Amino acid sequence: MHKIVSQNVNFYYGEFQALHDISLSVKENTVTALIGPSGCGKSTYLRLLNRMNDLIDNTHMSGTITIDGNDIYDKHTNVDDLRKNVGMVFQKPNPFPKTIFENVAYGLRVNGITDKKIIEERVITSIEQVALWEEVKDKLHKSAFELSGGQQQRLCIARALAIQPSVLLMDEPTSALDPISTSKVEELIYELKKQYTIVIVTHNMQQAGRISDNTAFFYMGELIEYDKTKTIFTKPTKKQTEDYITGRFG
Amino acid sequence: MSTEKKLANKKRRNQNIAFGLFTGISYSVVGLLFVILAFIVVKGIGVISWEFISAMPKEGMTAGGIFPAIVGTLCLVLVSMVFAFPVGVFAAIYMNEYVKDGWVKKIIKQMTNNLAGVPSIVFGLFGMSLFVNKLGFGDSILAGGLTLGLLVLPVVIRTTEESLKAVENTFRQASLGLGASKWQTTRNVVFPIAFPNIITGLILSIGRVSGETAPILFTVAAYFLPKLPTSIFDQAMALPYHLYVISTSGTNIEASRAMAYGTALVLIVIVLISNLLANKLRKHFGKKVKMN
Repeated sequence: MHKIVSQNVNFYYGEFQALHDISLSVKENTVTALIGPSGCGKSTYLRLLNRMNDLIDNTHMSGTITIDGNDIYDKHTNVDDLRKNVGMVFQKPNPFPKTIFENVAYGLRVNGITDKKIIEERVITSIEQVALWEEVKDKLHKSAFELSGGQQQRLCIARALAIQPSVLLMDEPTSALDPISTSKVEELIYELKKQYTIVIVTHNMQQAGRISDNTAFFYMGELIEYDKTKTIFTKPTKKQTEDYITGRFG
Repeated sequence: MSTEKKLANKKRRNQNIAFGLFTGISYSVVGLLFVILAFIVVKGIGVISWEFISAMPKEGMTAGGIFPAIVGTLCLVLVSMVFAFPVGVFAAIYMNEYVKDGWVKKIIKQMTNNLAGVPSIVFGLFGMSLFVNKLGFGDSILAGGLTLGLLVLPVVIRTTEESLKAVENTFRQASLGLGASKWQTTRNVVFPIAFPNIITGLILSIGRVSGETAPILFTVAAYFLPKLPTSIFDQAMALPYHLYVISTSGTNIEASRAMAYGTALVLIVIVLISNLLANKLRKHFGKKVKMN
């Protein structure tokens, strides 16, 4: 069962073509890593999946992307609903200047949930899901900025989980974190894939190797190779892939 | 070796000269400001008394107080802000959060900048023909306040826009990424973060409004009124215009000289207080934003 299916996706920033004919399918409850050198298009592709690229003026795309069989670029698609279903975690932890509690509750509130009990329940569950509860339970009503970078990033993941998405997009979620926080987030990703379909962009090859089931290698806007992570890392079929993962360029 | 040393010396000397020059210039600017302030204070402090700020002018404005002018200026500030603040803030939100980059945005921006460059006397004339005559408000606080509001509109728009621009995009993306609409994002995330700076801009424009003379000349300002305004359709006295009147066309200019400096001092103090208030509010709200 394929959760996300992209067919012949091209994407342009003005005149510049950033993605060439990308076709890629992602299975439900798997972790898919997108790797490749800077500027290869992996983040651009990720941001197509929740239509974040819509925010950038003067861009356009062609091809189709479906999630659960629904064309997300169909003109009848409600972008807010799409983004509710496809959560995103960013490179730099970006909690809102609100309390820890309100950060997680925000997504619920903007989606029309007003019942205090439900909000409290979901906030607590989400914080527990990211293994942050013990660390923050006594300061839920303090500013999220008082947390460390690693805690902030886990809070941002909790914030994304609170609205119960089915897909989670992660754009280099550990690149701003120290090694200990990084391994916590990696463990978390491993846990989360039981419930969510995860697509993660990473610069860190070992990370892709550790946490992903499938890996897609992007280069110059093209999808060079896409296979089981094990295969990509042990016997890649393309020379470019091999050169990249063995550190010969990139 | 010695040429290298010479070069190094020359470099250091040039650096010292440049640095000295810049230091000197910045200190003289500060110095000049102090000289002006000191001048006004020395000349004006003599007439300052409770009576001066709480009583009506007497004896052809050579004695008594400037109470009606203070009240008039406060009313004008209030009306102009009630108009300019919401309009300016919404315009800035529209421009920064909604309009895509392109010719529409460029035109609006250019127009706003042009509006900021229009001489204030032209605003006065415009206010007279539109508010006083066409809309029939007459010479009134409403007409004068709206004219002043138009005058500071570009300032409010620009400072609000700058404050919104300073909000990192990552906050917008995080909010939109949770399924929030653009309006929810603007209202719940972007605006609260930008608010301390927006407030600062607002209060700085209060300083600007309270000191303007030309726009109120034909729209509200009275030479002399024996009573306080009772509604926004009344004429009013105002500090800057009062200052102008008693220094140029009073019945006895020499006798009212001290009054003029006193008025100037009160005006400056009002502007100073609003600037201090701006700082305080910015700090206060800045803290609150972080805590919420």
